[in-house]
Amino acid sequence: MQTTRYEAPGTIADALSAIAANPGAMVLAGGTDLLVQYQSGMRTPSAFIDVKRIPELMQIASDAGGVTIGAAVPAAEICANATIKTLWPGLVDGVSLIGSTQIQGRGSIGGNLCNGSPAADSVCSLIAGRGVAIIAGPNGERQVPVEQFTVAPGRTVLGRDELLVAVRLPKPAPHTGDAYQRLIPRSEMDIAVASAAVSLTLDATGACVAARVAIGAVAPTVLLVPDAAAALVGSRLDASALQQAAAAASAAAQPIDDKRGTVAYRRQVVGVLTRRVALVAAARAKDR
Amino acid sequence: MSKLHIETVVNGEPAEFLCSPDETLLSAIRNGLGLTGTKEGCGTGDCGACSVMLNDRLVASCLVLAAEAQGRSLTTIEGVARGSTLHPVQKAFLQEAALQCGVCTPGFIVAAKALLDVNPAPEEEEVRYWLAGNLCRCTGYDKIVRAVLDAAAEMRSARV
Repeated sequence: MQTTRYEAPGTIADALSAIAANPGAMVLAGGTDLLVQYQSGMRTPSAFIDVKRIPELMQIASDAGGVTIGAAVPAAEICANATIKTLWPGLVDGVSLIGSTQIQGRGSIGGNLCNGSPAADSVCSLIAGRGVAIIAGPNGERQVPVEQFTVAPGRTVLGRDELLVAVRLPKPAPHTGDAYQRLIPRSEMDIAVASAAVSLTLDATGACVAARVAIGAVAPTVLLVPDAAAALVGSRLDASALQQAAAAASAAAQPIDDKRGTVAYRRQVVGVLTRRVALVAAARAKDR
Repeated sequence: MSKLHIETVVNGEPAEFLCSPDETLLSAIRNGLGLTGTKEGCGTGDCGACSVMLNDRLVASCLVLAAEAQGRSLTTIEGVARGSTLHPVQKAFLQEAALQCGVCTPGFIVAAKALLDVNPAPEEEEVRYWLAGNLCRCTGYDKIVRAVLDAAAEMRSARV
């Protein structure tokens, strides 16, 4: 089977028409997952709908209330953006880990989300940062919190006739910091065995007044862990609060045994990562 | 399947080619444009042998559709030298003997030049991370990294 059509619409409306007109079409952003899957025979869309000519999908728009990152903006551009580096360094932690320089030139957070991997490196930080997916469809726009976007490995809330346009991150409160780390058995370019992101806000005395914790590669989807966040809020990130957050992350994990790690190992490691990223996020929060 | 007619700029010159909707840019560069300096290693974006610049961004051309080149500009290994004058990165690869079988070399040179264009004074660690998506099974990388650092120093001194 071969894909016999390529279309490169210039507007969201034209993209939605092209998607509607080609049942079985797939949206092509950076292609770093889709074209590998195509060449291996895993996916044979009826058409490639290349969305990289649509301005809204290719821009990073900052305003007083936050930032809107186009779904197809390449990772390299996200990691070089001054606003994102300042306000969401934890997102840069995750996005910069995705693949090589060549992959960074193409891969996008929209693609990372739509590919639906539980180990997607950008997604933990998007969830910790209260990210919202902006989705266009034939009946207009709808918004879905990123933690609800993926419903199962490789499956998302996107309808067949819909398009992920951007992810919106609200501007963090003063003294908010975020961080992401993953464990891989080599120094880079691998898939997470376990991962965690924390975004937290400190008050003037250094007490944690708000937190969000997300964990990856330890469940069918990336998980928001409210219990881990609750363990941090109200604390000064002392050893006991960190231990409780770690335990909550481990308890929330529903990992599988595979070649990358065992259930027991992943459960343990995701707690350790949660504790570590909470400390990095707190250090960054103090600097802001 | 009907072919698409693509107009693009390759190594500074207008160029056009015909491609299938699912053809990779790598295939179009080698077969459509006849520029065989760009190599296919893995075909899955892991090895970097097919590295080219697409509108000033380093990409693996095996993971780009040829049709995406419409109206954009491409630089391949053939565009790195100026006529018969080798680029400092190319000279340094020869001086350091930073290649053996040579299949990975065009990708390394395109990628290394892209680094030095944005960072004229990289640390060794930065060179190694930047080139982590380019695999070489012959050299052990050490000579390649040395060549890139030498070229960076040469380019800085030429600029003064």
